Amino acid sequence: MTAFLEMTNVSKVFSAGIIRRQHTVAVDDVTMTIDEQSPSILAVAGESGSGKTTLARLLLGVIPPSSGEVIYRGQSVDDLSRAQRRTYLREIQPIFQDPFESYNPFYKVDHVLTVPAKKFDLAASREQTMRLIEEALDMVGLQPAETLGRFPHQLSGGQRQRVMVARAMLLRPRLIVADEPVSMVDASLRATILESIRRMKQELGISVVYITHDLTTAYQIADNILVMYKGSVVEAGSVEQVIRDPKHPYTQLLVSSIPQPDPSLPWGAEGEIAGDPESMEVAATGCKFVDRCPVAFEPCSGQRPPLYHEHPSRAAACFQYDGSPALEGQNLDVVFEPQLTSQAAGGSQEPAAN
Amino acid sequence: MNNGAVLTVSDLRVYYDTDAGTVKAVDGVSFDLRPGERLGLVGESGSGKSTMALALMRLHKPPARIAGGEVLLDGVGDVMKLDDDGLRRIRLDRLALVPQGAMNSLNPVMRIRDQLADGIRTHEPGDTRDDLAERIQAQLARVGLDAEVGGKFPHELSGGMKQRVAIAIGTSLSPSVIIADEPTSALDVVVQRQVMETLRSVQEELGASVLIVGHDMGLMAQIADRMGVMYAGKLVELAPVHDLFTNPQHPYTRLLIESVPTLMAKRALASIPGAPPTLINVPPGCPFHPRCPSAFEPCDSEVPLPTAQNGRVVSCHLYPGEAA
Repeated sequence: MTAFLEMTNVSKVFSAGIIRRQHTVAVDDVTMTIDEQSPSILAVAGESGSGKTTLARLLLGVIPPSSGEVIYRGQSVDDLSRAQRRTYLREIQPIFQDPFESYNPFYKVDHVLTVPAKKFDLAASREQTMRLIEEALDMVGLQPAETLGRFPHQLSGGQRQRVMVARAMLLRPRLIVADEPVSMVDASLRATILESIRRMKQELGISVVYITHDLTTAYQIADNILVMYKGSVVEAGSVEQVIRDPKHPYTQLLVSSIPQPDPSLPWGAEGEIAGDPESMEVAATGCKFVDRCPVAFEPCSGQRPPLYHEHPSRAAACFQYDGSPALEGQNLDVVFEPQLTSQAAGGSQEPAAN
Repeated sequence: MNNGAVLTVSDLRVYYDTDAGTVKAVDGVSFDLRPGERLGLVGESGSGKSTMALALMRLHKPPARIAGGEVLLDGVGDVMKLDDDGLRRIRLDRLALVPQGAMNSLNPVMRIRDQLADGIRTHEPGDTRDDLAERIQAQLARVGLDAEVGGKFPHELSGGMKQRVAIAIGTSLSPSVIIADEPTSALDVVVQRQVMETLRSVQEELGASVLIVGHDMGLMAQIADRMGVMYAGKLVELAPVHDLFTNPQHPYTRLLIESVPTLMAKRALASIPGAPPTLINVPPGCPFHPRCPSAFEPCDSEVPLPTAQNGRVVSCHLYPGEAA
């Protein structure tokens, strides 16, 4: 059985400048699988410049990797036939950050729903198209009668973003890649959008890659998380393990820097912030976090730390854990939950008693 | 009037005249800012919080206009009644702004030191060149920036550094009131933490009072001493930050706190049903009543007046009491 989508040692390097050419490694050697049988929500977390959006674009096939492969149903995304590419483009749907720029202001919001329905031949008749659209709107908690027939500016930011979620859902994808879907939406409406993303997984069995800078919402809706720093995965595993008990000093800093909505809790710990958090420079060798790490020791500036499998559902790329085995081939699948069952034939995994 | 407050805002109204009607962005807001305190003011987009922050310094832009109320600055009088010259004199000197998104508020073609010198020279022209250079250097050091930053242009600085420069400019004349409008909204968490620590240390060093406007409940919980909540142009609740989080009174405050995800526990995310009103068509009575789970008979017709109870103020019919 082949997996739905795989990344094998995927890297993406951007180059700029004519005379003094500069190379930025936006995504550095990522290997993981997104499976169809066991849908899950994977959060990709990081600050600006971490490479999280580049990772999303690689998954969506918008940009090709510089090395490594993105493999869709057993075939490299580069080598898909026209028909295969069409299915690929339907099965992986994006949701973008800005609910204002995703619309053409001259068209009613219906446009973003009817066009993909037509393009991908979702329905045999106009009535059936409308029924599908109404179902999708219903799923995200919008009243079709109050939504359809309106122009984008007549809806609030939250409503517009929910129409985008409905659009993605309408195409019955297997994977949704949502890039900061709630960062421009007000707090009181955020929950509705995140809840509809969670329902997609639970009720429709759609996997979600949730790209975010916000570890709190990641913790709330995701099963697994991958924390990126300057293109590299520094820590990955189940959200319970990674966010409640982070092991990499960078993840620890991120988690403790989140201001908690409780005045009796402290904000951060002493001596945690070292170096310049906004420096764009990356050491050529050694750990990328070494300049900012409060616990750096000798091996850290010598070579890049591999991901150490120091807990069954967590791995951290930090030499503090070099007593644990490194992840084989840097493959993240073993730390994610639920464990992929692709090797053991899928169907036989059901519990014996009902 | 003088209860020891540095700034006393009474019944402030800021309206926008538009073709579609009058938008009451700030509709009868009253509060006071005490010496040395950090007062947080939260609200969703369109609640009027930024309009109010700017209007306190009369920096609002047309079609916004002050439709009523007064803003008494200790030792100065009503800021709303000052003439241009009087206004120019108190801005930066007594009442300073740390704007939202410093990247857009710095002059892109002027070196940082010249932007700092600008305000100081205008208000205190007596300094010699050396004195001025020294002051600028001290001011940069105060916000944790190296002296060499003074010679740079804004585009050479990172987002966090630009925001520190904005704090340095805002506090260069030791104002008694600092108004910070979403000072860290575009920054990553670690940088946000550093910038807020800088703002806090400068404010404490100066003994100034600061009004922080924002939408991040977590940030407010960590930084504010007292906190106010705005909804549809009105201040619906104002209380010491600890009381507000442990025992919110107004249903909107309670729902807003419940809608904030935390790292403490996984739970079904709560959201407030409905959407905030557009300020052209604010519902009659309490503006929150169509979304309020506790709404009862007077809510859709009578506007609730602010009432005071144990050091907090709440505008809700559930809490009849003494008028604040």
